[in-house]
Amino acid sequence: MNKLWEWLDDRTGYKHLVNEALYEHIPGGSRWRYVWGSTLVFAFVVQMITGTFLWMAYSANSKGAWESVYYIQYEMQGGWILRGLHHFMAQAMIVLLALHFLQVVIDGAYKAPREFNFWTGLILMKIVLGLSLTGYLLPWDQKGYWATKVATTLMGLVPVVGGDLQKVVVGGADYGHATLTRFFALHAGVLPGLLLVFLGIHMYFFRRAGIHAVGADKRTAAYFWPDQVLKDAVACLAVLAVVMLFVVKGFMFPPQEHVAGVPIEAHFGAELGAPADPANSYSAARPEWYFLFLFQFLKLPIFAGHNEIYGAIVIPGLVMGLLFLMPFIGRWKLGHGFNVALILALLLGAGSLTFMALREDWSDDGYKAAVADAHVQSLRAVQLAQQGIPDGGAISLMRNDPKTQGPILFTRHCGSCHAHQPVEGLLAADPLLAATKPPEQSSAPNLYKFGTTEWIAAFLDPHAQKLATATVDGEAEVAPINSLTFFGGTAHIEGEMASYVTDTIGDEAEWTPDQIEAVVMALANESGVESQEKLDADQVAAGRTLLQDDNRCAMCHKFHAENDAAYAPDLTGYASREWLIEFISNPAAEKFYGDNNDRMPSFYLDPHQPLANRIQKKELELIVDWLGGDWYEPEAIIESEKSLESVQVLPDE
Amino acid sequence: MTHETDPSPPDERRSFLTKAAAIIIGGFVGFVPFAAGLATFLDPVFRKSNASKALKIASLDSLPADGVPRQFPVVSDQTDAWNQNSNQPIGAVYLRRLPDSEMIEAFNAACPHAGCAVDFKPNAGEAGLFQCPCHKSDFKPDGARLDPETCPSPRDLDPLPVDAEKLKQGEVWIEFMNFQTGPERKPIT
Repeated sequence: MNKLWEWLDDRTGYKHLVNEALYEHIPGGSRWRYVWGSTLVFAFVVQMITGTFLWMAYSANSKGAWESVYYIQYEMQGGWILRGLHHFMAQAMIVLLALHFLQVVIDGAYKAPREFNFWTGLILMKIVLGLSLTGYLLPWDQKGYWATKVATTLMGLVPVVGGDLQKVVVGGADYGHATLTRFFALHAGVLPGLLLVFLGIHMYFFRRAGIHAVGADKRTAAYFWPDQVLKDAVACLAVLAVVMLFVVKGFMFPPQEHVAGVPIEAHFGAELGAPADPANSYSAARPEWYFLFLFQFLKLPIFAGHNEIYGAIVIPGLVMGLLFLMPFIGRWKLGHGFNVALILALLLGAGSLTFMALREDWSDDGYKAAVADAHVQSLRAVQLAQQGIPDGGAISLMRNDPKTQGPILFTRHCGSCHAHQPVEGLLAADPLLAATKPPEQSSAPNLYKFGTTEWIAAFLDPHAQKLATATVDGEAEVAPINSLTFFGGTAHIEGEMASYVTDTIGDEAEWTPDQIEAVVMALANESGVESQEKLDADQVAAGRTLLQDDNRCAMCHKFHAENDAAYAPDLTGYASREWLIEFISNPAAEKFYGDNNDRMPSFYLDPHQPLANRIQKKELELIVDWLGGDWYEPEAIIESEKSLESVQVLPDE
Repeated sequence: MTHETDPSPPDERRSFLTKAAAIIIGGFVGFVPFAAGLATFLDPVFRKSNASKALKIASLDSLPADGVPRQFPVVSDQTDAWNQNSNQPIGAVYLRRLPDSEMIEAFNAACPHAGCAVDFKPNAGEAGLFQCPCHKSDFKPDGARLDPETCPSPRDLDPLPVDAEKLKQGEVWIEFMNFQTGPERKPIT
C-alpha cells in the first residue's frame, strides 16, 4: 500500500499539495475568530452539491420551470430537503458574507499587503449577490417572477444602453423561455464558474500574505491542521444546523389548518408560490429580505421620478467604489477609523432601511391581504397540480380554474353592479364561496349562492323585514326583493315581479307556504347548483306544475312547455350553466328581459366576432362555473362539505 | 513561505482526538447535502413505468387471418415526470392472427438486443422476417430468432399476453410491457 502512495506522490506530488494545504502556519494558534472564511467556502460547496443535484431535476422553460420545481418539492423523495438546503444556505451565505466582511474591515485585514485579497473578496461578494438574484427567478413562481421583473426593469435606467441591456438580460422584450434559459445559465454555469476562479485567486492571495493574525504575539503558533480545521468543521456544523432548522421548521410549527389535497411538503423546506402569471398582478411582490434595504432605499421620496437613477444605480455604484478604495483610505492616519465608521454606517443604514420596509409592510393591511392571498393561490396551484399537469403547464390549470379566476373576472366584469357576498338574514356565509369586493353601490342583485334554494327562497320571500341592505339609506322594513340584495337598485323594483311577490305571493289565500317552497325547489332543481339531498322529488314535481300554471308563474314566464303569453325571462333551466351563459351573453334577448332589460349589457352578443364582445367566451364560462360552484375540490373537501353539484332530480320534458 | 519560528509539534494523543473529530465532523457536514441530493437523484428507481397495463390495441375484425404480423401503436395515458397526458403513443406492438383461427400472437416491436424498432419484411425469408435495422437481428414471423447461433439478439422477440376473454368478444387487449435487455426476459416495471 505504501508503495502505491509513494508511486502516486512521485507522479503527482500530492503530498506537497496536502502539506501546503494542511500545514499552513497560523501565528498565535487556532482561534474561533478565523472560521468565517471557511464557513463561506463550506456554504459554497453545499450550494455546488445541492445545486448540481437540483440541476438534474430542473427544467428551464416557462412551461416546465414551476412544474419541475413542484415535482422536486412534492413528488421526488427528499426533494424538499434538497431544495430547502439550497434555498436557506443561500441566505446563510449572505449572512456569513456580511460577518466575514465586517471582521476583515474591523481587524484591518484589508490593508497592505492584502489589497488584492480584499478586492477579490468584494468581487466574490458581487458574484454571490448575482447568484441570489438569478436563483430567485428560477422556480418561476409569482414571487420570483415579479421581484425579478423589478430588478431587471431598473436595469433600464442605465444611461444610453439601459434598454438594450435589459433586453439582453431578459432575453427579449418579454419574460419567457429565454429569460429562464439565460438566468439558469448564469446561475448554474457562468456565476459559479466565476466564483470558483475568483475564490481560487482569493485563496492564493490569502495564502501568499498569510493569515491576518490578531494579537498573535502572546500565544504560541500552530498549524492549520488539526486544531483550526476542527474549529472550522464545528463552525460549519453550526451553520448546517441552523440552516437545517429552517428547512424543517414546518415540523416544529405545523400549519394551523390542513388544506385538503395539499401534501404536507407544502410546509417544509423552501416555499413555492403559485406559478408565474404575467396577467395576474402580484401585490405581495418583494425582493428577498437581504435586498429589502435597496427596495426601501428606492422608495425614499428623494428618489422619486427622474432621480430614481441615483437611488438605483449612482449611489450603490459610488458605495461600491468607496469600498474598493478602502485599502487606500486605510493608509491615512484616520483612514482605518473612517473605514470602520463607513462599514458600520452602511450596516446601520441597511439595517434601519430593512426595518422600515418590514414595519411598513407590517402595518399595511393591503400587503398582508396580498400575502395571504398569494399563500391561498400557491396551495390552490398545488391542489390542481396534484391531478396531473397538462402540457400547457400549471399556469393553464390556474387560468382554467373557476375557483381562482371566478372572483377576479367577476370583480372585473360584473362587480361594479353586482355584489357577491353573504347577506345577514338572507344569504348565509359558506366557507367554500369567496366574497368579492362589493360595488360601491349595488345596483343589481347579489349573486352569492345564485340558483340555490336559499337564494330563490329569499328572492320570493314576501315578508317585509328589517334588512341592513334595504335601501340606499340603510336599514328599513322591506321585502327582500325590494332590497338592494335583489331588485332594490334596479328598474325592476317598479316591475310586475316585485309587486307579484309582495302582493300575490304574500297573500296566503293565493300562495300557501308549501306552494312557495315547491316552486323554490323546482327552480333550484333547474339550476343544478343545489345539492340533491336538499331537493324533495315530490315537491319538485308540485313546483313544476305551479310554474306551468297559466294563472300563476306561466302568466308571464315560460317554463319548459310552450307559452305564447310569456314575456318575462324563460325559467327553463333557470340559473343553470347554459341558461346563465345565454343570459349574460344577451339579457335583452326575447327569451329573457327583451325590452324590459334594465341596464345590464350584452356581454357576448356575437360569437362570430369573438373580439367584438365585452368578454371572451372562456372568461364567461369561468364566471358562470364559479357562480355555480362548479370547480375541482379534493375528495376530502367534497366528503366533508355538502357538494354544490348535483344530478337533476327529474329529466327534462 | 518562511516563518521565524515553526510551530512546535502538538501533543500526539490530544492531537489524535482532534484529528479524528475534525475528520468526522468535516465528513458529516459534507455528507448531509450530498445525501439529500443522492436521495432525490435515485427517485426514479422507485417510480413505475407507463407500461405494464391492459390496453385495447385493435378489433379482431381488422386483422386478416393470414399469419402476417402487422404493427399497431400502443396508446395510453402517459406520465412524464410532472406532465400527465391521455391518449399518447407509448410504444408499438406487432399483432399476428394465425391462419383460419381466432388466435392472436402479440410481440413488443422493440428488438430485445438493444431496443431498436424491428421492421417486418414480408418478402424476406420463407414467410417474411422481422428485421432489426440496427444490428441485423432476424426473427421469423412467430418471433423466434432465425439463427440463434449468430443472431445479435440474446432472445426471441418478446411476446405479450393477449386477453382471451376480450378476444372472444372480438377485441384484442394485451398487457403491454417493455423488457430489459439480456438473455432473460425481465419486464421493466
